[in-house]
This record gives sequence, C-alpha cells and structure tokens, in this order.
Amino acid sequence: MTTGYFFPHRHILGIDHLTSTDIQHILSTAHSFKEISSRPIKKVPTLRGNTIINLFFEPSTRTRLSFEVAAKRMSADTFNISASTSSATKGETLIDTARNITAMNPDTIIIRHAFSGAPHMLTRYVDAAIINAGDGTHEHPSQGLLDMMTVQEHKGRLDGLKVAIIGDIAHSRVAHSNILGFSKMGSEVYVYAPATLMPPALGQLGAKVCTSLTEAVEDADVVMTLRIQKERQNDPLLPSFREYSRQYGITREIVERASPDAIIMHPGPINRGVELTPDLADCSQSVILDQVTNGVAVRMALLYLVMGNAPVGGE
Amino acid sequence: METSYLITNGRVLDPRNSRDETGDILVCDGLFASPEEAGSNYVEIDASGCWVVPGLIDMHVHLREPGEEYKEDILSGTRAAAAGGFTAVACMPNTNPVNDNAAVTAMILDRARDASARVYPVAAISKGSTGESLAEFGDLQEAGAVAVSDDGLPVRNSQLMRRALEYASDFGLRVISHSEEPSLSGGAMNEGEVSTRLGLKGIPAIAESIMVYREIALAEYTGKPVHIAHVSTAMSTELIRSAKARGVPVTAETAPHYFTLTEAAVEGYDTNAKMNPPLRTEEDRQAIRSGLADGIFDAIATDHAPHSILEKEVEFDLAANGIIGLETSLSLSLALVRDGVIDAQRLIELLSVQPAALLGVAGGTLAIGAPADLTIIDPDAEFTFLEECIVSKSKNSPFLGRKLRGRAVLTMMGGRITHSLLPGV
Repeated sequence: MTTGYFFPHRHILGIDHLTSTDIQHILSTAHSFKEISSRPIKKVPTLRGNTIINLFFEPSTRTRLSFEVAAKRMSADTFNISASTSSATKGETLIDTARNITAMNPDTIIIRHAFSGAPHMLTRYVDAAIINAGDGTHEHPSQGLLDMMTVQEHKGRLDGLKVAIIGDIAHSRVAHSNILGFSKMGSEVYVYAPATLMPPALGQLGAKVCTSLTEAVEDADVVMTLRIQKERQNDPLLPSFREYSRQYGITREIVERASPDAIIMHPGPINRGVELTPDLADCSQSVILDQVTNGVAVRMALLYLVMGNAPVGGE
Repeated sequence: METSYLITNGRVLDPRNSRDETGDILVCDGLFASPEEAGSNYVEIDASGCWVVPGLIDMHVHLREPGEEYKEDILSGTRAAAAGGFTAVACMPNTNPVNDNAAVTAMILDRARDASARVYPVAAISKGSTGESLAEFGDLQEAGAVAVSDDGLPVRNSQLMRRALEYASDFGLRVISHSEEPSLSGGAMNEGEVSTRLGLKGIPAIAESIMVYREIALAEYTGKPVHIAHVSTAMSTELIRSAKARGVPVTAETAPHYFTLTEAAVEGYDTNAKMNPPLRTEEDRQAIRSGLADGIFDAIATDHAPHSILEKEVEFDLAANGIIGLETSLSLSLALVRDGVIDAQRLIELLSVQPAALLGVAGGTLAIGAPADLTIIDPDAEFTFLEECIVSKSKNSPFLGRKLRGRAVLTMMGGRITHSLLPGV
C-alpha cells in the first residue's frame, strides 16, 4: 500500500516543523500502534536491535516512562541517563555528553533539557535521531501530539473545535506545542492567564488571548489547564497559590460554561486544588488518564517514524 | 630612516579639513607632509579607485588581556584591528583583573608598544566595576586612561553615576555608560515575537531606554557629559535626539550589528547572534539607521567581544554575550553609504574624526604634520568573510560565510604599514 506521502523528518524537535499532514500521519500511526498496549503480550519486533537512549536533564515521571515503555514494547533496547547521576555533575558539557553517547552508536536520543534549543544544538553535533522530550519553555512535541490524539478520539475530529488553555502560558512548553498543533489542524485555541504569565506576541503562534476566564472557556470543546509554579528566578509573578486558585483555577462552575460534552485535560503533574479542583481531575469529563495511555502510542509512532529516516548503512 | 610613501590618485576624504577630492598624500618620518616636498626617495602606492581616509578608530573594543588571553590578546586584537582598517582602538576594562588602577593600565600600554594599532585604555568607573565606590580617576588618567566605563555592567547606583560624571570631568575623562536596567534584564535575546516562539527569556527594549533616560537626566542635571555605548533601540535613539535638541551634553555610539541585523538572526538558536544589548526588531534597526542619518549618533563602534568555542558552542541560555566586529565593521558601515543612509564624509566622521574627538586623542585627520595614521579603502572590493581568514583569535561572528563588499586594502599607523592587501606593498 503506497501513498504519495513520505514522513520527511529525521528529528522531532517541535510541532513548529510539522505540517498538518505530518501531524495526521503521526496520529494515524499512533492509532495503529495503540492496540499493542492492550494485548496480553505487549510486544512487537518493529524496533528490534535499535538502541534508544533517554537523556533526561529534568525530572520526569510520565514522559520518561512513556518513552521507555513505547521503546520496549517495540523490542528496542533502552537506556536511561539522568543528569543527576551522570558526569554532568562533574561539569561535563551537554555537547561532550552527547558526543560520548554517540560514540556508542545509539539510533535515537530522546532528550529533555532545561534550556530551549538544546535538542536543536544536539542535531549539529550527533548523528542519532533526536526527539525533543521538552526543552526549556520552547516545546514538548510528543505531549502536544498525544493531546491532539486524545481530542481526536473523543471528538472525532481536530478541526473547527474551540480549545481553551488556562495557566502559565509564558513558561509552558506544553502550551506552546498545543497552540501550534491545534491551530495547524484547524481549531481555535483560546488562552487565558494572569497578565504576568502571558508572553508577548502570542497571536503569531496562533492563539486568541482572552481577557477573562469565562471568555476563554465559553462553549469550549476542550478545557486544558496547566501546572502553576509560584517562584521563578527572582521574578515576582504571582502573590500566592491561593490567589491563583481563586482567580484562575478551574471549578465545576467554570466547566459548566463550556460545551456540555467538553473534555478536561492536563499534562500532569497536577497540583490538585490549585489549577483545578480535586474532583474535576477524576470526573467523567476528565480524559487526563487517556492522555497518558495515548502518550505511549504517540511515542511508539515517533520512534518508528524517525527510524524510517535513518541514514542507510554505508552512506 | 623610515620609508616615505606617496599615496597617489586616491579619493582623499578628510572631513576635518573639508577635503573630498582626488589627490596625493605624502607620508614622511611617520607624519603627513606636503606632497610637493616628495623629493625622489619614496615608495609610491597607487590608490586609484580607492578612498584615502584618516585612520579608523574603534572606541569600543574588548582585548581580553589581562586574564582571558585565550580569546584574544592585545597583539592579536590589534592585528585584527589593522586588518579591519583601524589604526587605533579603545579597550574596555572588564578584564581580569579589572582595569581600575594604574598598574593594569600601565601593563596594557606596555603590551601595546608592539601592537599593530594604537591602544587607548578605558578604565573602570568603580573599583572592580562592582559599582560601589569610584576608582581613582586621577591616577588612571595619569597612567594613560582616556575614558572610564564599567562596560559589561550598568552602574546600578544612580548616586554613584552622578558622582562619576562630576568627578571624571575634573580629569577630562569621558564617562561611557553601558545602559541597562538590570532588574528588567536577565534574558537571552530581545523580548518579543521571536523570543516567545523560541521559548527564550527576553530582554525588553525598556531595559535599555530606562537607563539611557537616567543617564540623560544625570548629564542634564550636573551639566557633565555622558556617552551612551552600544545603542540598540528606537526609544533610546529618540531620547538621545530630544536630549541633544535641549542641549544636554550627551553623545552616543551604535554598532554595525544594530544597523544590519535583527532578532530574526537568532533563529535556530545561533549563539553567534547573542549579545548584550541584544539584536532588536526591524523598527529598531530602521530607527538606528535614521539616527545615523540625522546625526544622533556620534560614532560607530563595534563592541568587538571575542569568545572562544568554550563560551559559544553551548546551549543558547549558557552562551556568552558578544561577537567580534573589527574585521567586518568597515564593510557593514560602507553599506550605509551604498544604501544612501549617510554619505562618505559622514562615514569617516563616524569611524574616525568623532571617535578621536570623543576620546580626546590625536587622529581623525590627514592634516600636514599630524601622525600618519591612514586607511586606504576599496569601497567595491568583494570578499567572503571566511572563518579561516579571520585574524582575531576568536571567530564568533554572525557574518561568517557572508559576502561582503568594501574593505581596507591598506592600513598605516604612524607611517608604518600594519596591513596591506595591495600587491607589492
């Protein structure tokens, strides 16, 4: 079965590089891999003999485990490096770390890093495929993709929807990836945040900046909320969690302003009681755990698709 | 007995002496002499098709010596200067140790004895540039400092800056301000569209203009001059424009990257586009160009800031600020003349005449009897700016690989040729 389309990307650095066709192809591939995770024997040989390194410079529960589960279910060999136990603590630079890892011939390096642009920099210095598992405040493409997959499953489509994203937009790589992704697929993203947490020129990413929580959430098909951090580098952004939860937190009353079959999403980890009331995280409208399940499928798809663009041996 | 040179057929551009004409220049015993006295014992240099101008002077350069000689030192930096057409540079004090005392100033001047360009040390405003107490301006001036600055850092304490303006004027030292409000700063690039898209913390334009306004207010109140370094924004340009119109003793410089590039150069996280103040928007770039056309800026100065791959081949947030500039300044500045922003006379004022005046040093003139510092410029010579051809020890430039037009084909300091691309010279 051949199509005219060929997935052209050697690396997954962000949603910004992907076309809507690329995104749909990734989601369809993810969909076809999803059922593997519900078999009794959750294994296919697709990536057998592949070496995949998880290089995480920031803590992670979901993303790291999800990439590892995805890789192992496809029979790849995975290895985890976390910065706190690596020679990065002795001052070894990121480039040197990557070069040394590359000398052991990995096929794919999955990197999460505190600095935006770190995955881009790696592509200039190493031969492996690079997958961005979150870089600074820039992007978290696999999260954006699993969020889109979840919405597509529940709504049957990705165009013509109203997606509301509430929270620390300025510092959220998840928000950036979602704004880019949903806009590319033909939906409208409405964002709301305290003014101190709204970055400049957000409109050019494709989001509509709202002036109230109700404006953002009114008739929304998707209500997505993000984790809030109180302190950040000497910048007095918010007075307290209490104020944030009272003024910007998602409650039952707020959700009632959205569409009756709106779904509630959160990338995790959740500060229960801060960005959303505890009961909402577990209610019937919440698809938060579906997001996590889809995360494995999306990551299987990404690992599979970048391998298709590996240079052939001898070249 | 030094070689005498007769430079013939060039376009002699000498704004200080109101000359813009084809003519000959005679250099004898390290000074300019009247061409009629040429006699027969000289080397002729044919400058047809070229401009012959007073030696270019860069009043904002980091030579990194003492302390960071792996990035650049006085000899390599002045060789780079000569290659760029400069006969003199003013070097900033943010070395290690900081140049806040006569001993370091003297060491720099001693090292500069064999240099390919004259070196004028700028000393620190405050001891250690910590912004707490004044450095000994009298001592520094006696040792050879020509100006003071805490460049690299702003002077946070307004009272200290006020006292610096007052005290420096007693010694004829110009105070050069690195204008940045630190609590608004602390980002990696200009705050705006591109920083949001790249996920980088931004430095808003007001971080610069708020401090520029403070310096203007201090100069106006004390009546003492202040010079604003590396202006990058439209708002700062406007503030300086209206201050000058009011007669405030403020002068200002800008750098070639601010009238050539914008924040778009950071795309792809290119650390060779990272400097402080950062590259700004297209509106800012146009305002800088208008400011040059309207005489708001007194000088073009590169802020030549060499960094090695240790500092630049890292994550964008961690990369050091700064780019080299001595070897591209002239080409980029000549583009202003080609684009009709300024004329050739004004270019030489910005690159030679006014820097000499602002620093209170000789230069900026081709007058008979003056030290023979001159530059021969081929305004049409095309070349590709290749890393392997860079004279500076460091190669951190956003113009790598770019095709440039116009360059210095000969640089002469005190009658001695320090750089030549001319055959047989």
